[in-house]
Amino acid sequence: MSFIELKNVYKVYKNGVTAVADVNINIKKGDFVFIIGQTACGKSSLIKLLYREERPTKGQVIVGGINVAKLKNNRVYKLRRKIGIVFQDYKLLPKLTVYENVAFVLQSYGYKEADIKPRVIDALTRVGLKEKLRSFPNELSGGEQQRVCIARAIVNKPKVLVCDEPTGNLDATTSKEIMNVIDSINKELGTTIIMATHDQDIVNRMKKRVIALKDGMLIGDWEKGSYKLDEAA
Amino acid sequence: MKPLRILFRSISSAFKSVFRNLSLSLASLSCIVITLIIVSVAITFSSNVNNITKKIEGDLTIVTFVKSETEETKIKEIEENLKVLPNIESVSFISKDAVKEEMKEENDTYKKIIEDWQEGENPLDSYFLITVKNIDDIGETAATIKNLEGVDAVNYGEGLVEELVSVFNMIKNAMIITVAALVFVTAFLISNTIKITIYSRRSEIDIMRLVGTSNTVIKLPFIFEGLFLGAIGSIIPILATIYSYVFLYDKLGGIFFNPILPMIEPYNFVFKVSLALLVIGSIVGMFGSYKAVRKYLKI
Repeated sequence: MSFIELKNVYKVYKNGVTAVADVNINIKKGDFVFIIGQTACGKSSLIKLLYREERPTKGQVIVGGINVAKLKNNRVYKLRRKIGIVFQDYKLLPKLTVYENVAFVLQSYGYKEADIKPRVIDALTRVGLKEKLRSFPNELSGGEQQRVCIARAIVNKPKVLVCDEPTGNLDATTSKEIMNVIDSINKELGTTIIMATHDQDIVNRMKKRVIALKDGMLIGDWEKGSYKLDEAA
Repeated sequence: MKPLRILFRSISSAFKSVFRNLSLSLASLSCIVITLIIVSVAITFSSNVNNITKKIEGDLTIVTFVKSETEETKIKEIEENLKVLPNIESVSFISKDAVKEEMKEENDTYKKIIEDWQEGENPLDSYFLITVKNIDDIGETAATIKNLEGVDAVNYGEGLVEELVSVFNMIKNAMIITVAALVFVTAFLISNTIKITIYSRRSEIDIMRLVGTSNTVIKLPFIFEGLFLGAIGSIIPILATIYSYVFLYDKLGGIFFNPILPMIEPYNFVFKVSLALLVIGSIVGMFGSYKAVRKYLKI
Protein backbone atom coordinates (compact mmCIF):
# COMPACT_ATOMS: atom_id res chain seq x y z
CA MET A 1 0.00 0.00 0.00
CA SER A 2 1.25 3.47 -0.90
CA PHE A 3 2.04 5.90 1.82
CA ILE A 4 2.12 8.82 -0.60
CA GLU A 5 -0.02 8.85 -3.69
CA LEU A 6 -0.22 11.43 -6.46
CA LYS A 7 -2.90 10.87 -9.10
CA ASN A 8 -3.05 13.01 -12.25
CA VAL A 9 -1.77 15.99 -10.38
CA TYR A 10 -1.63 19.40 -12.05
CA LYS A 11 -0.37 22.64 -10.60
CA VAL A 12 -1.04 25.77 -12.62
CA TYR A 13 -0.11 29.09 -11.05
CA LYS A 14 -2.25 32.19 -11.35
CA ASN A 15 0.15 33.69 -13.89
CA GLY A 16 -0.52 30.75 -16.20
CA VAL A 17 2.71 28.85 -15.58
CA THR A 18 2.17 25.09 -15.40
CA ALA A 19 4.59 23.81 -12.78
CA VAL A 20 3.33 20.24 -12.51
CA ALA A 21 1.46 18.44 -15.29
CA ASP A 22 -0.30 15.08 -15.03
CA VAL A 23 2.07 13.53 -12.51
CA ASN A 24 1.39 10.07 -11.05
CA ILE A 25 3.61 8.81 -8.25
CA ASN A 26 3.27 6.12 -5.58
CA ILE A 27 5.70 5.97 -2.71
CA LYS A 28 5.75 3.17 -0.14
CA LYS A 29 6.49 3.52 3.52
CA GLY A 30 10.23 3.55 4.21
CA ASP A 31 11.18 4.45 0.63
CA PHE A 32 14.02 6.80 -0.22
CA VAL A 33 13.15 8.79 -3.33
CA PHE A 34 15.07 11.46 -5.21
CA ILE A 35 13.18 13.94 -7.32
CA ILE A 36 15.56 15.34 -9.90
CA GLY A 37 15.45 17.85 -12.72
CA GLN A 38 16.80 21.17 -13.91
CA THR A 39 15.97 24.41 -12.17
CA ALA A 40 12.30 25.34 -12.74
CA CYS A 41 11.29 21.81 -13.71
CA GLY A 42 8.62 21.67 -11.02
CA LYS A 43 10.58 19.89 -8.26
CA SER A 44 9.86 22.47 -5.62
CA SER A 45 6.21 22.78 -6.61
CA LEU A 46 5.82 19.03 -6.35
CA ILE A 47 7.44 19.01 -2.92
CA LYS A 48 5.24 21.90 -1.78
CA LEU A 49 2.14 19.99 -2.84
CA LEU A 50 3.12 17.26 -0.39
CA TYR A 51 3.07 19.51 2.65
CA ARG A 52 0.22 21.64 1.39
CA GLU A 53 2.17 24.83 0.91
CA GLU A 54 0.51 24.69 -2.50
CA ARG A 55 -2.80 23.14 -3.47
CA PRO A 56 -3.05 21.04 -6.62
CA THR A 57 -5.07 22.68 -9.40
CA LYS A 58 -6.32 19.24 -10.43
CA GLY A 59 -5.79 15.69 -9.26
CA GLN A 60 -5.33 13.98 -5.92
CA VAL A 61 -2.51 14.17 -3.42
CA ILE A 62 -2.75 11.75 -0.52
CA VAL A 63 -0.15 11.71 2.24
CA GLY A 64 -0.48 9.15 5.03
CA GLY A 65 -4.22 8.87 4.45
CA ILE A 66 -4.84 12.63 4.37
CA ASN A 67 -6.35 14.08 1.21
CA VAL A 68 -4.13 17.13 0.95
CA ALA A 69 -6.14 18.95 -1.70
CA LYS A 70 -9.26 18.98 0.45
CA LEU A 71 -7.54 19.99 3.67
CA LYS A 72 -8.84 23.22 5.17
CA ASN A 73 -6.38 25.97 6.10
CA ASN A 74 -6.95 25.59 9.81
CA ARG A 75 -6.37 21.79 9.62
CA VAL A 76 -3.07 21.97 7.71
CA TYR A 77 -1.11 21.63 10.93
CA LYS A 78 -2.40 18.07 11.33
CA LEU A 79 -0.72 17.10 8.07
CA ARG A 80 2.49 18.93 8.92
CA ARG A 81 2.85 17.07 12.19
CA LYS A 82 3.22 13.88 10.16
CA ILE A 83 5.81 15.41 7.86
CA GLY A 84 9.28 16.68 8.70
CA ILE A 85 10.48 19.36 6.31
CA VAL A 86 14.12 20.17 5.54
CA PHE A 87 14.70 23.44 3.69
CA GLN A 88 17.50 24.63 1.47
CA ASP A 89 17.76 27.84 3.53
CA TYR A 90 17.35 26.03 6.91
CA LYS A 91 14.66 28.50 8.15
CA LEU A 92 15.95 28.64 11.73
CA LEU A 93 14.80 31.28 14.17
CA PRO A 94 17.84 33.54 14.65
CA LYS A 95 16.94 34.62 18.17
CA LEU A 96 16.58 31.09 19.54
CA THR A 97 19.42 28.74 20.49
CA VAL A 98 19.93 25.38 18.77
CA TYR A 99 18.09 23.62 21.57
CA GLU A 100 15.21 26.12 21.51
CA ASN A 101 14.94 25.94 17.72
CA VAL A 102 14.25 22.22 17.97
CA ALA A 103 12.28 22.30 21.22
CA PHE A 104 9.77 24.97 20.18
CA VAL A 105 8.16 22.53 17.76
CA LEU A 106 7.16 20.19 20.57
CA GLN A 107 6.37 23.09 22.87
CA SER A 108 3.94 24.46 20.32
CA TYR A 109 2.24 21.05 20.19
CA GLY A 110 1.67 21.37 23.94
CA TYR A 111 4.11 18.62 25.09
CA LYS A 112 5.31 18.52 28.68
CA GLU A 113 8.77 20.00 29.27
CA ALA A 114 9.90 16.69 30.78
CA ASP A 115 8.98 14.87 27.55
CA ILE A 116 10.51 17.51 25.32
CA LYS A 117 14.06 17.49 26.63
CA PRO A 118 14.99 13.84 25.95
CA ARG A 119 13.46 13.98 22.48
CA VAL A 120 15.33 17.16 21.56
CA ILE A 121 18.61 15.79 22.88
CA ASP A 122 17.97 12.55 21.01
CA ALA A 123 17.30 14.39 17.72
CA LEU A 124 20.35 16.61 18.12
CA THR A 125 22.53 13.62 18.99
CA ARG A 126 21.36 11.86 15.85
CA VAL A 127 22.53 14.78 13.68
CA GLY A 128 25.76 15.11 15.68
CA LEU A 129 25.11 18.49 17.29
CA LYS A 130 24.81 17.49 20.92
CA GLU A 131 27.72 19.75 21.83
CA LYS A 132 26.19 22.94 20.42
CA LEU A 133 22.88 23.14 22.29
CA ARG A 134 23.42 26.68 23.48
CA SER A 135 24.80 28.14 20.25
CA PHE A 136 22.77 30.54 18.16
CA PRO A 137 22.28 29.84 14.44
CA ASN A 138 24.62 32.66 13.35
CA GLU A 139 27.43 30.99 15.31
CA LEU A 140 27.10 27.81 13.24
CA SER A 141 28.43 26.80 9.82
CA GLY A 142 26.00 26.12 6.96
CA GLY A 143 26.30 22.38 7.43
CA GLU A 144 25.61 22.68 11.14
CA GLN A 145 22.60 24.87 10.53
CA GLN A 146 21.25 22.26 8.13
CA ARG A 147 21.75 19.64 10.85
CA VAL A 148 19.65 21.74 13.23
CA CYS A 149 16.99 21.98 10.55
CA ILE A 150 17.03 18.17 10.17
CA ALA A 151 16.89 17.69 13.95
CA ARG A 152 13.88 20.00 14.06
CA ALA A 153 12.24 18.02 11.26
CA ILE A 154 12.66 14.64 12.96
CA VAL A 155 12.06 15.62 16.59
CA ASN A 156 8.37 14.72 16.34
CA LYS A 157 9.30 11.35 14.76
CA PRO A 158 7.46 11.99 11.49
CA LYS A 159 6.57 9.19 9.07
CA VAL A 160 8.03 11.10 6.17
CA LEU A 161 10.88 13.56 5.73
CA VAL A 162 10.51 15.97 2.83
CA CYS A 163 13.76 17.65 1.79
CA ASP A 164 13.80 20.53 -0.67
CA GLU A 165 17.38 20.85 -2.00
CA PRO A 166 18.91 20.31 1.46
CA THR A 167 22.45 20.44 0.09
CA GLY A 168 21.81 23.31 -2.31
CA ASN A 169 23.85 25.80 -0.30
CA LEU A 170 26.60 23.43 0.87
CA ASP A 171 29.97 22.29 -0.49
CA ALA A 172 30.57 18.72 -1.63
CA THR A 173 32.12 17.41 1.61
CA THR A 174 29.44 18.93 3.83
CA SER A 175 26.75 17.70 1.45
CA LYS A 176 28.07 14.20 1.84
CA GLU A 177 27.88 14.45 5.63
CA ILE A 178 24.32 15.74 5.46
CA MET A 179 23.36 12.89 3.13
CA ASN A 180 24.83 10.39 5.60
CA VAL A 181 22.60 11.86 8.30
CA ILE A 182 19.51 11.65 6.11
CA ASP A 183 20.38 8.13 4.99
CA SER A 184 20.78 6.98 8.59
CA ILE A 185 17.38 8.43 9.47
CA ASN A 186 15.90 6.40 6.62
CA LYS A 187 17.66 3.20 7.67
CA GLU A 188 17.46 3.43 11.44
CA LEU A 189 14.06 5.07 11.95
CA GLY A 190 12.37 3.74 8.82
CA THR A 191 11.34 7.27 7.85
CA THR A 192 10.21 7.72 4.27
CA ILE A 193 12.49 10.23 2.53
CA ILE A 194 11.54 12.39 -0.42
CA MET A 195 14.31 14.64 -1.56
CA ALA A 196 14.37 17.16 -4.37
CA THR A 197 17.88 17.82 -5.66
CA HIS A 198 19.91 18.62 -8.73
CA ASP A 199 23.14 17.33 -7.22
CA GLN A 200 24.28 14.61 -9.63
CA ASP A 201 27.05 13.24 -7.39
CA ILE A 202 24.71 12.52 -4.53
CA VAL A 203 22.09 10.83 -6.68
CA ASN A 204 24.65 8.67 -8.51
CA ARG A 205 26.38 7.63 -5.33
CA MET A 206 23.32 6.72 -3.23
CA LYS A 207 21.63 4.45 -5.78
CA LYS A 208 18.05 5.07 -4.66
CA ARG A 209 14.78 5.40 -6.49
CA VAL A 210 14.92 8.38 -8.84
CA ILE A 211 11.97 10.33 -10.25
CA ALA A 212 12.87 12.74 -13.04
CA LEU A 213 10.83 15.79 -13.98
CA LYS A 214 11.07 18.03 -17.02
CA ASP A 215 8.81 21.03 -17.63
CA GLY A 216 6.51 19.77 -14.91
CA MET A 217 6.08 16.33 -16.48
CA LEU A 218 7.27 12.98 -15.20
CA ILE A 219 9.92 11.70 -17.61
CA GLY A 220 11.38 8.81 -15.64
CA ASP A 221 10.96 6.67 -12.52
CA TRP A 222 13.74 4.19 -11.82
CA GLU A 223 14.56 1.94 -8.89
CA LYS A 224 18.23 2.31 -7.93
CA GLY A 225 18.60 4.95 -10.61
CA SER A 226 21.16 7.55 -11.38
CA TYR A 227 21.02 11.15 -12.50
CA LYS A 228 19.96 10.99 -16.13
CA LEU A 229 17.63 13.44 -17.74
CA ASP A 230 18.37 13.10 -21.48
CA GLU A 231 18.14 9.35 -21.80
CA ALA A 232 14.58 9.22 -20.60
CA ALA A 233 13.22 11.84 -22.95
CA MET B 1 -3.74 20.33 31.16
CA LYS B 2 -2.51 20.69 27.59
CA PRO B 3 -4.54 23.83 26.78
CA LEU B 4 -3.36 25.34 30.06
CA ARG B 5 0.24 24.56 29.19
CA ILE B 6 -0.18 26.17 25.77
CA LEU B 7 -1.82 29.22 27.36
CA PHE B 8 0.97 29.61 29.88
CA ARG B 9 3.66 29.21 27.21
CA SER B 10 1.90 31.78 25.03
CA ILE B 11 1.88 34.31 27.85
CA SER B 12 5.53 33.77 28.68
CA SER B 13 6.55 33.87 25.02
CA ALA B 14 4.52 37.07 24.51
CA PHE B 15 6.26 38.62 27.48
CA LYS B 16 9.71 37.65 26.19
CA SER B 17 8.89 38.89 22.74
CA VAL B 18 8.05 42.38 24.02
CA PHE B 19 11.64 42.65 25.22
CA ARG B 20 13.29 40.70 22.38
CA ASN B 21 11.79 43.09 19.85
CA LEU B 22 12.34 46.11 22.03
CA SER B 23 12.61 48.80 19.37
CA LEU B 24 9.41 47.70 17.67
CA SER B 25 7.67 47.39 21.03
CA LEU B 26 8.73 50.95 21.84
CA ALA B 27 7.32 52.17 18.52
CA SER B 28 3.97 50.52 19.27
CA LEU B 29 4.07 51.77 22.85
CA SER B 30 4.66 55.41 21.96
CA CYS B 31 1.83 55.28 19.46
CA ILE B 32 -0.47 53.82 22.10
CA VAL B 33 0.63 56.38 24.71
CA ILE B 34 -0.01 59.37 22.47
CA THR B 35 -3.38 58.26 21.18
CA LEU B 36 -4.60 57.21 24.62
CA ILE B 37 -3.65 60.63 26.03
CA ILE B 38 -5.82 62.25 23.37
CA VAL B 39 -8.64 59.82 24.14
CA SER B 40 -8.26 60.60 27.83
CA VAL B 41 -8.58 64.36 27.23
CA ALA B 42 -11.67 63.76 25.13
CA ILE B 43 -13.28 61.52 27.74
CA THR B 44 -12.47 63.89 30.61
CA PHE B 45 -13.77 66.92 28.76
CA SER B 46 -16.95 65.28 27.50
CA SER B 47 -17.74 63.78 30.91
CA ASN B 48 -17.46 67.23 32.47
CA VAL B 49 -19.64 68.87 29.85
CA ASN B 50 -22.14 66.09 30.27
CA ASN B 51 -22.07 66.51 34.02
CA ILE B 52 -22.78 70.23 33.72
CA THR B 53 -25.66 69.80 31.29
CA LYS B 54 -27.13 67.09 33.52
CA LYS B 55 -26.91 69.37 36.51
CA ILE B 56 -28.49 72.32 34.75
CA GLU B 57 -31.21 70.10 33.34
CA GLY B 58 -31.85 68.74 36.81
CA ASP B 59 -32.39 72.28 38.06
CA LEU B 60 -35.07 73.01 35.51
CA THR B 61 -38.51 72.86 37.11
CA ILE B 62 -42.12 73.51 36.21
CA VAL B 63 -43.65 75.91 38.70
CA THR B 64 -47.36 75.20 39.00
CA PHE B 65 -49.45 77.76 40.91
CA VAL B 66 -52.73 76.83 42.51
CA LYS B 67 -55.48 79.33 43.14
CA SER B 68 -55.12 81.21 46.38
CA GLU B 69 -58.35 80.11 47.99
CA THR B 70 -57.96 76.37 47.21
CA GLU B 71 -58.66 74.13 50.18
CA GLU B 72 -56.20 71.68 51.57
CA THR B 73 -58.11 68.58 50.44
CA LYS B 74 -58.30 70.00 46.93
CA ILE B 75 -54.55 70.61 46.98
CA LYS B 76 -53.93 66.97 47.94
CA GLU B 77 -56.14 65.96 45.05
CA ILE B 78 -54.17 68.10 42.61
CA GLU B 79 -50.93 66.65 43.92
CA GLU B 80 -52.19 63.11 43.33
CA ASN B 81 -53.29 64.07 39.83
CA LEU B 82 -49.83 65.53 39.11
CA LYS B 83 -48.00 62.47 40.35
CA VAL B 84 -49.74 60.09 37.98
CA LEU B 85 -48.90 62.14 34.87
CA PRO B 86 -46.25 60.70 32.57
CA ASN B 87 -42.74 62.23 32.55
CA ILE B 88 -42.98 63.46 36.16
CA GLU B 89 -39.87 62.89 38.25
CA SER B 90 -40.85 64.60 41.52
CA VAL B 91 -43.53 66.86 42.89
CA SER B 92 -43.04 69.03 45.94
CA PHE B 93 -45.59 71.37 47.44
CA ILE B 94 -44.70 74.82 48.72
CA SER B 95 -47.54 76.30 50.78
CA LYS B 96 -48.32 79.98 50.65
CA ASP B 97 -47.30 80.29 54.31
CA ALA B 98 -43.91 78.92 53.46
CA VAL B 99 -43.66 81.41 50.61
CA LYS B 100 -44.51 84.17 53.04
CA GLU B 101 -41.78 83.11 55.46
CA GLU B 102 -39.31 82.80 52.67
CA MET B 103 -40.09 86.26 51.38
CA LYS B 104 -39.68 87.72 54.84
CA GLU B 105 -36.18 86.30 54.96
CA GLU B 106 -35.29 87.54 51.52
CA ASN B 107 -35.01 91.29 52.21
CA ASP B 108 -36.16 94.04 54.53
CA THR B 109 -38.58 95.74 52.12
CA TYR B 110 -40.57 92.52 51.69
CA LYS B 111 -40.40 91.99 55.45
CA LYS B 112 -41.90 95.40 56.11
CA ILE B 113 -44.73 94.92 53.64
CA ILE B 114 -45.55 91.49 54.95
CA GLU B 115 -45.55 92.67 58.56
CA ASP B 116 -48.17 95.28 57.57
CA TRP B 117 -50.54 92.47 56.58
CA GLN B 118 -53.22 91.51 59.08
CA GLU B 119 -52.89 88.38 61.11
CA GLY B 120 -53.82 85.42 58.91
CA GLU B 121 -53.88 87.49 55.75
CA ASN B 122 -51.89 86.00 52.86
CA PRO B 123 -52.59 87.02 49.26
CA LEU B 124 -49.73 84.87 47.95
CA ASP B 125 -50.27 81.66 45.95
CA SER B 126 -49.16 78.18 46.92
CA TYR B 127 -47.33 76.25 44.21
CA PHE B 128 -45.88 72.91 43.20
CA LEU B 129 -42.27 72.49 42.11
CA ILE B 130 -42.16 69.77 39.50
CA THR B 131 -39.11 68.16 37.94
CA VAL B 132 -39.44 66.05 34.80
CA LYS B 133 -37.81 62.83 33.68
CA ASN B 134 -37.18 63.81 30.07
CA ILE B 135 -36.28 67.45 29.64
CA ASP B 136 -37.01 67.30 25.89
CA ASP B 137 -40.75 66.94 26.60
CA ILE B 138 -40.99 69.64 29.26
CA GLY B 139 -43.20 71.90 27.11
CA GLU B 140 -45.75 69.17 26.50
CA THR B 141 -45.85 68.23 30.18
CA ALA B 142 -46.35 71.87 31.19
CA ALA B 143 -49.27 72.16 28.78
CA THR B 144 -50.91 69.04 30.25
CA ILE B 145 -50.50 70.39 33.78
CA LYS B 146 -52.04 73.70 32.81
CA ASN B 147 -55.25 71.88 31.80
CA LEU B 148 -55.62 70.19 35.19
CA GLU B 149 -58.50 71.34 37.34
CA GLY B 150 -57.53 73.81 40.04
CA VAL B 151 -54.26 74.85 38.40
CA ASP B 152 -53.95 78.60 38.06
CA ALA B 153 -50.74 79.21 36.11
CA VAL B 154 -47.74 77.20 34.88
CA ASN B 155 -44.26 78.56 34.40
CA TYR B 156 -41.15 76.76 33.23
CA GLY B 157 -39.15 79.38 31.37
CA GLU B 158 -40.72 78.82 27.95
CA GLY B 159 -38.46 79.52 25.02
CA LEU B 160 -35.23 79.72 26.97
CA VAL B 161 -35.49 76.15 28.19
CA GLU B 162 -36.16 74.75 24.72
CA GLU B 163 -33.14 76.58 23.38
CA LEU B 164 -30.96 75.40 26.24
CA VAL B 165 -32.06 71.81 25.79
CA SER B 166 -31.32 71.82 22.08
CA VAL B 167 -27.84 73.29 22.69
CA PHE B 168 -27.14 70.64 25.32
CA ASN B 169 -28.24 67.88 22.97
CA MET B 170 -25.97 69.25 20.29
CA ILE B 171 -23.00 69.32 22.66
CA LYS B 172 -23.74 65.78 23.84
CA ASN B 173 -23.93 64.40 20.32
CA ALA B 174 -20.76 66.20 19.28
CA MET B 175 -18.96 64.72 22.29
CA ILE B 176 -20.13 61.19 21.61
CA ILE B 177 -19.03 61.45 17.98
CA THR B 178 -15.64 62.91 18.98
CA VAL B 179 -14.89 60.18 21.53
CA ALA B 180 -16.07 57.42 19.20
CA ALA B 181 -13.98 58.80 16.35
CA LEU B 182 -10.92 59.05 18.57
CA VAL B 183 -11.29 55.50 19.83
CA PHE B 184 -11.63 54.35 16.23
CA VAL B 185 -8.54 56.28 15.14
CA THR B 186 -6.65 54.86 18.11
CA ALA B 187 -7.66 51.34 17.17
CA PHE B 188 -6.55 51.95 13.62
CA LEU B 189 -3.18 53.46 14.60
CA ILE B 190 -2.36 50.80 17.15
CA SER B 191 -3.40 47.99 14.85
CA ASN B 192 -1.25 49.43 12.06
CA THR B 193 1.81 49.78 14.27
CA ILE B 194 1.38 46.22 15.49
CA LYS B 195 0.99 45.12 11.88
CA ILE B 196 4.43 46.53 11.15
CA THR B 197 5.79 44.67 14.16
CA ILE B 198 4.27 41.44 12.98
CA TYR B 199 5.30 42.02 9.38
CA SER B 200 8.91 42.02 10.53
CA ARG B 201 8.27 38.66 12.17
CA ARG B 202 6.36 36.97 9.38
CA SER B 203 9.22 34.53 8.77
CA GLU B 204 8.77 33.39 12.35
CA ILE B 205 5.07 32.84 11.70
CA ASP B 206 5.92 31.04 8.45
CA ILE B 207 8.29 28.66 10.18
CA MET B 208 5.78 27.90 12.90
CA ARG B 209 3.19 27.10 10.26
CA LEU B 210 5.61 24.85 8.40
CA VAL B 211 6.53 22.76 11.42
CA GLY B 212 2.89 22.04 12.18
CA THR B 213 1.97 24.56 14.84
CA SER B 214 -1.79 25.08 14.89
CA ASN B 215 -3.11 28.52 14.01
CA THR B 216 -4.46 29.06 17.49
CA VAL B 217 -1.07 28.40 19.06
CA ILE B 218 0.58 30.78 16.58
CA LYS B 219 -1.99 33.51 17.22
CA LEU B 220 -2.09 33.35 21.02
CA PRO B 221 1.36 34.84 21.81
CA PHE B 222 0.75 37.71 19.40
CA ILE B 223 -2.65 38.42 20.91
CA PHE B 224 -1.16 38.43 24.40
CA GLU B 225 1.63 40.64 23.16
CA GLY B 226 -0.94 43.13 21.87
CA LEU B 227 -2.71 42.95 25.21
CA PHE B 228 0.55 43.59 27.10
CA LEU B 229 1.53 46.48 24.85
CA GLY B 230 -1.94 48.01 25.21
CA ALA B 231 -1.93 47.59 28.98
CA ILE B 232 1.64 48.87 29.43
CA GLY B 233 0.93 51.72 27.01
CA SER B 234 -2.00 52.88 29.11
CA ILE B 235 0.13 53.42 32.23
CA ILE B 236 1.53 56.82 31.23
CA PRO B 237 -1.83 58.18 30.00
CA ILE B 238 -3.44 56.97 33.25
CA LEU B 239 -0.83 58.70 35.43
CA ALA B 240 -1.07 61.82 33.27
CA THR B 241 -4.85 61.84 33.62
CA ILE B 242 -4.84 61.39 37.38
CA TYR B 243 -2.18 63.99 38.12
CA SER B 244 -3.27 66.64 35.64
CA TYR B 245 -6.97 66.37 36.50
CA VAL B 246 -6.34 66.62 40.23
CA PHE B 247 -3.96 69.52 39.62
CA LEU B 248 -6.51 71.31 37.42
CA TYR B 249 -9.32 70.69 39.91
CA ASP B 250 -7.30 72.21 42.74
CA LYS B 251 -6.06 75.08 40.60
CA LEU B 252 -9.56 76.04 39.40
CA GLY B 253 -11.17 75.35 42.76
CA GLY B 254 -13.48 72.72 41.32
CA ILE B 255 -15.31 75.00 38.89
CA PHE B 256 -14.88 76.16 35.32
CA PHE B 257 -14.58 79.88 36.09
CA ASN B 258 -18.18 80.09 37.34
CA PRO B 259 -20.02 78.25 40.10
CA ILE B 260 -22.79 77.14 37.74
CA LEU B 261 -20.14 75.18 35.80
CA PRO B 262 -18.80 72.68 38.39
CA MET B 263 -16.10 70.12 37.64
CA ILE B 264 -16.61 66.46 38.46
CA GLU B 265 -14.96 65.52 41.77
CA PRO B 266 -11.58 63.88 41.01
CA TYR B 267 -11.96 60.98 43.43
CA ASN B 268 -13.65 58.09 41.64
CA PHE B 269 -13.88 59.98 38.37
CA VAL B 270 -10.15 59.72 37.55
CA PHE B 271 -10.22 56.03 38.44
CA LYS B 272 -13.14 55.46 36.10
CA VAL B 273 -11.29 57.25 33.30
CA SER B 274 -8.15 55.22 34.10
CA LEU B 275 -10.08 51.99 33.91
CA ALA B 276 -11.57 53.06 30.58
CA LEU B 277 -8.08 53.81 29.23
CA LEU B 278 -6.72 50.46 30.42
CA VAL B 279 -9.62 48.62 28.84
CA ILE B 280 -9.46 50.57 25.57
CA GLY B 281 -5.67 50.09 25.34
CA SER B 282 -5.79 46.37 26.07
CA ILE B 283 -8.72 45.53 23.84
CA VAL B 284 -7.50 47.64 20.95
CA GLY B 285 -3.98 46.18 21.28
CA MET B 286 -5.34 42.65 21.37
CA PHE B 287 -7.66 43.22 18.46
CA GLY B 288 -4.95 44.95 16.41
CA SER B 289 -2.59 42.02 16.88
CA TYR B 290 -5.29 39.52 16.09
CA LYS B 291 -6.20 41.27 12.85
CA ALA B 292 -2.57 41.59 11.81
CA VAL B 293 -1.51 38.02 12.55
CA ARG B 294 -4.56 36.58 10.81
CA LYS B 295 -3.27 38.07 7.59
CA TYR B 296 -0.23 35.82 7.66
CA LEU B 297 -2.04 32.65 8.58
CA LYS B 298 -3.77 32.23 5.25
CA ILE B 299 -2.13 30.16 2.58
